[in-house]
Amino acid sequence: MTDTIVIAEIAKGTIHATTSELVTAAAAMGSAPIVIVPCTDASIADAAASIQGASKVIAAKSDAFAHYDAAGWASALDAVAPAGTILTAATPQSKDLAARLAARRNLSVVQDVVAINGNQLTSPVYSGKAMQTVALSGPAVVSVRANVFDAAPSGGACEVAVVDTTGNMATAVQEFMARASQRLDVAEANIIISGGRGMGSPDNFVHLEAIADTIGAAVGASRAAVDTWEAIPHSMQVGQTGKTVNPNLYIAVGISGAIQHLAGMRSSKYIVAINKDADAPIFQHADYGIVGTWEDALPVLQSTLSSMMA
Amino acid sequence: MSNIVVLVKQVPDTNAKIVVSGDRVDLSAVKKVMSPYDEFAVETALKHREANGGEVTALTLGGAGADKVLKDAKAIGVDHIVRIDTEDEHDSNALQSALATVLTEIGAEVVYCGKSAADTGAGSTGPGIAERLGWASVSNVISVAFENGLTVVAPSEGGNARISVPLPAVVSCDKGDMKVRKPNVKGIMQAKKAKVEVKTVAMQGSTVSVVAHSMPPAKPAGKSYEGGAAAAEVARLLRDEANVI
Ligand SMILES: Cc1cc2nc3c(=O)[nH]c(=O)nc-3n(C[C@H](O)[C@H](O)[C@H](O)COP(=O)(O)OP(=O)(O)OC[C@H]3O[C@@H](n4cnc5c(N)ncnc54)[C@H](O)[C@@H]3O)c2cc1C
Repeated sequence: MTDTIVIAEIAKGTIHATTSELVTAAAAMGSAPIVIVPCTDASIADAAASIQGASKVIAAKSDAFAHYDAAGWASALDAVAPAGTILTAATPQSKDLAARLAARRNLSVVQDVVAINGNQLTSPVYSGKAMQTVALSGPAVVSVRANVFDAAPSGGACEVAVVDTTGNMATAVQEFMARASQRLDVAEANIIISGGRGMGSPDNFVHLEAIADTIGAAVGASRAAVDTWEAIPHSMQVGQTGKTVNPNLYIAVGISGAIQHLAGMRSSKYIVAINKDADAPIFQHADYGIVGTWEDALPVLQSTLSSMMA
Repeated sequence: MSNIVVLVKQVPDTNAKIVVSGDRVDLSAVKKVMSPYDEFAVETALKHREANGGEVTALTLGGAGADKVLKDAKAIGVDHIVRIDTEDEHDSNALQSALATVLTEIGAEVVYCGKSAADTGAGSTGPGIAERLGWASVSNVISVAFENGLTVVAPSEGGNARISVPLPAVVSCDKGDMKVRKPNVKGIMQAKKAKVEVKTVAMQGSTVSVVAHSMPPAKPAGKSYEGGAAAAEVARLLRDEANVI
């Protein structure tokens, strides 16, 4: 039997919580996985040792992991990972890595998996308008969506092996351009509050930002908002030609719920819609729908959340 | 002078309703278009030609029905159109191997593609072929400058990074602040007459095969409230019922 390998998801220099979900997903594929932690400092790998269900942790240590280069990361991880099926998170960077790693081993890659049943994997296709189930007849590289599988509990204590590795970096970063605000990007956030054309003016996004800062959310937008107002950059756009997001909570404010917007957010765990039109299609996808204007709803939402967080 | 290739894929119109009949999606009644991100890739390829000279080849893989997406690319301004002929379903390994083989045959020096195709949403093709060719790759790029190889901007944790990319390389394109050009009448006339170069490649076997398509699980009807004041109740439910705050 070949191994199952989890590539730990790294965010801000530490192991991201979604790694524990990958361990659960790996177990569903049949075996207790080896967790490989790409790192420049092996001590960050210790956090993975407590994930119950991991059979072993390998701290793959290399300068190549200082910043992302697809070729460099794929070669450095390939050198460390045993043969078998490899699981990664389904963030944009990890999907890119999954594809490169698969090609390096002449394997296929299955992206955005949301259900596992033995060797059968299910992913959304056609922007979530249908689901596709595939069968694996050999090892593959598989990316798994966040917030779908339960996190494996902590409390385990498995061995951590530190292995030095090297990667052939193909590109070089000239400069990082940090976002002006400290707020998370929609692609990174677990809670997103998005505004659409119904916000009336880009100036009114301050109301969304205030709520975002209260609950640690990112601020997103519909394409109509991005296209209409210069102040709303495309990096905020959620949807078919923007970002695909999969947060725990998505709050859509003044967004009608066009099919191309839904394409980017319909797999969110909980969806709240605030819209003055009771017939807006977004309500068919909302767990909590408020028929009303944002002018009425947002101040109430802001003050309730503020007192809850205090 | 660069030998530039852009990968294009035909997908269902993003407005189309997707129906599953039996255990497969039925796309027979659906209008097919160029995958939206591929439009940004075509635009970037044409900009590359304008900056450095050379020729742009649009490459797709599929049956004769896929010629339309090549004609669309031709109408926008690419020089050559090539299709790898296959009607069958293949896994990513087989598809990427075939594309890499033909890219080598063509003598490609730089390849642009969309950041993901609108049907699968996978985004695997660009990085996958780069690895097979032993090239550099950067995905989800939002701007490209054509100097010293390429200089691209792509998202990076906490913001964006400006990255030097030596050629040969594969770049997958996001929208950024790009405006795509539309075909003009002359382009459309030329595209009508243009001949698709059809290539056949021995396809590798697949180890991933589609078992079934299904409709997404129906979401149970949500709770609905009238009036903005209900936001207080919704906030409480988000904490106490959904446990997301
Ligand atoms: C190829 C293609 C790709 C696309 N990609 C994307 C994409 O990536 N992302 C995307 O979002 N769209 C995308 N679109 C566009 C999409 O079809 C819609 O046009 C867009 O999502 C509409 O944005 P909206 O909901 O903000 O605006 P509208 O549809 O104009 O809706 C505004 C909503 O605000 C409500 N409203 C108005 N005033 C108030 C108020 N005071 N309080 C509360 N509610 C109010 C209205 O009732 C209405 O429902 C794409 C389209 C195409 C063809």
